[in-house]
Amino acid sequence: MPEQMPAVHETFAAENMPRRAFHLAVIYALGALIGIALAIPTILYLLVPPRSRKQSGWVDAGDISQLTPGTPVEMSFQQSRVDGWRVLTEKRTAWVVKGADSKIVAFGPQCTHLGCAYHWDEGSKEFACPCHASFFSIHGQVLAGPAPRPLDRYVTRVQDNRLQIGPLKNSAESNG
Amino acid sequence: MKKRIDEFIEALDHRTGLHTGLRKFLYEEIPQSSGWHQIFGSVALFLIMIQFFTGIMLAFNYAPTPGEAYNSLRYILTEVTAGRVMRGLHHWGASMIIVIVVLHMVQVFIWGAYKKPREGTWVVGVILLLLTFAYGLTGYLLPWDNRAYWGTVVATQIGATVPFAGPYVSRLLASTGDIGVVTFARFYGLHVLLLPPATMLLIGLHVFLVRRHGVAPAPGDEVKPKKSFYPEQVFKDTVAVFVAFAILFTLAIMVRVPLERLADPTDTSYIPRPEWYFLFLFQMLKVFEGPLEVVGTVILPTVAILALVVTPFVDRSKVVKVRQRLLAMGIVVLVGLGWGGMTLAAIKGTPPQTAASSIDFSGPTQWMQLKPAELSGIHYYREENCTACHNVTGTETAKAGPNLLNTARRHDQAWMLLHFKSPQATSPGSAMQPVNLTGPQLNDLAAAMLSLTPDNGDVITTTPAFVADGAAVYQKNFCFACHMVNGVGGKTGPALNGLSGRRTEAWTAEHFANPQKMSPGTSMPPYKLSQIDMQNIVSYLFTLPDK
Repeated sequence: MPEQMPAVHETFAAENMPRRAFHLAVIYALGALIGIALAIPTILYLLVPPRSRKQSGWVDAGDISQLTPGTPVEMSFQQSRVDGWRVLTEKRTAWVVKGADSKIVAFGPQCTHLGCAYHWDEGSKEFACPCHASFFSIHGQVLAGPAPRPLDRYVTRVQDNRLQIGPLKNSAESNG
Repeated sequence: MKKRIDEFIEALDHRTGLHTGLRKFLYEEIPQSSGWHQIFGSVALFLIMIQFFTGIMLAFNYAPTPGEAYNSLRYILTEVTAGRVMRGLHHWGASMIIVIVVLHMVQVFIWGAYKKPREGTWVVGVILLLLTFAYGLTGYLLPWDNRAYWGTVVATQIGATVPFAGPYVSRLLASTGDIGVVTFARFYGLHVLLLPPATMLLIGLHVFLVRRHGVAPAPGDEVKPKKSFYPEQVFKDTVAVFVAFAILFTLAIMVRVPLERLADPTDTSYIPRPEWYFLFLFQMLKVFEGPLEVVGTVILPTVAILALVVTPFVDRSKVVKVRQRLLAMGIVVLVGLGWGGMTLAAIKGTPPQTAASSIDFSGPTQWMQLKPAELSGIHYYREENCTACHNVTGTETAKAGPNLLNTARRHDQAWMLLHFKSPQATSPGSAMQPVNLTGPQLNDLAAAMLSLTPDNGDVITTTPAFVADGAAVYQKNFCFACHMVNGVGGKTGPALNGLSGRRTEAWTAEHFANPQKMSPGTSMPPYKLSQIDMQNIVSYLFTLPDK
């Protein structure tokens, strides 16, 4: 809209067209360079997760020689968790089930729907979540309710009849 | 398409006036004489925006309370991706703003651009300069390391010496007693809540006044045709901004901003140093001593500020060509020489920081957890030049010998000792030469090898030389027979962890030479150490974690 421009600029623009184009090109190019140089570290800073510190792997959760197959027991243990610049040691729990073949499974204590604490219903032999009535089998499979995936499981191993617990694995990521 | 866009812009402009406003701003008329000398204002504005931006970014990962502040900054530096760059931009940007703002002021002063009717613009500029210094002063405390703490102790004590107002300044900054949580909260509040909006308001006013009066013309401009701010002057400003940004970005990436140890109010050996632009004030206090101190702390700074404020009201002469402003140039040169001389004298006059307090805690510090024997082993590892053939971290290029991180973990002490003495006995076909060290030295070397884990493999390279050397002196003199360090050693003498909190380095050195004099009744024998050994062992002992 050159007609809106004051007269001086019209003459200026008319006399120095190549110069003006050069100036504009440099302004945009350098501006873009600065923008990119700032955007890259900003994106890295905000979106790339921080380099994580090595976590101590296994936590002792207790003796499992007394477990009876088919009866889940809620066991508690101290697990440390990295929270930003802090390492917190927190009390965690797991629902531990001994299978018929003596295999041990430890479920994360939260319903996969919205994270409520569920419990074992001895009568119906199901895990029941009180919040929105999700039900899980003793193997963690969804039987009813809005829960989108089976119960999450801790990585576990057994040494000398003591259960050792590792990180909690999301059931959707591990095997559906 | 073009038509659509034009229509959209016109519709938007009709409703908001954005486009017209921007055009009015960009197509501002400026005098024919405008040019490269007037770029500093734009650069300063750009840099303050960088500070706002990087400051907000840092705040996303920073906890503004002492202790947590330190830990979170360390987290930013060591774990957050690109955190080091963000902090680098903020740190170096702060220094660059000082440089640019002063250059801006010098330019306006030399050209006499503060003259009628632009006195207000100048005075607002002076206030902005003071605000810039206030940012530097308050931001200095926020890392909460030793440098921050002791620098602020000195600064607030200077503030407290101001006659009449001193106690009130102290109370405002909550620095009457020790520098503590409340002081920190005040500094943080000033730095992020009060100063930024104040700066924005004043910059707005400053730019408004510049626009109202127009860019200051030079004599003769009135007969020449005016130029447009955009794009020619904007081009010059952009080039200058880009150069400044390139320097800043390079500094942020290449030069590590150190983080010292966590603020330690009991550390009496620490030599506080202010930021470079305050060094001249620091030096002034050395010139004016005793009852004259107030001259350096209050009177001269006040006179300087007043002189700046009254400049446009005193100098009411007509605008002349810049080449004729010899007096102004003379004043700038004199002030510059005075400032430079003071700063140089302050740098020369500051004793070097002791080795133990110069450790960069934003780097890997796993070596602090190692036992003296292991650190001593690192000393021999370096002395025997094991690095010539061996890697440890596994990230470097392959060398003749195996990667020690992987092999060392598979063997025990006995195997290693035999391997050091006759490599071919344990590893047939090995090209390694026998290590020519004494038994105890080999023990230490083996201990160092056995201490390597995937998490700390870089201790071989990151352990400061004085620490490894000091630990070797410690081992050679059997200090461990009586003293406990990091959980190993005898209990006859006191445990040495936390020594830095109990004693000074000078005391410790004196104690080595003459234990009976320093602690009568002690069973410790005197040690005749060479000067370098003494320095290393004392510095090493002062790096021990407190436990």
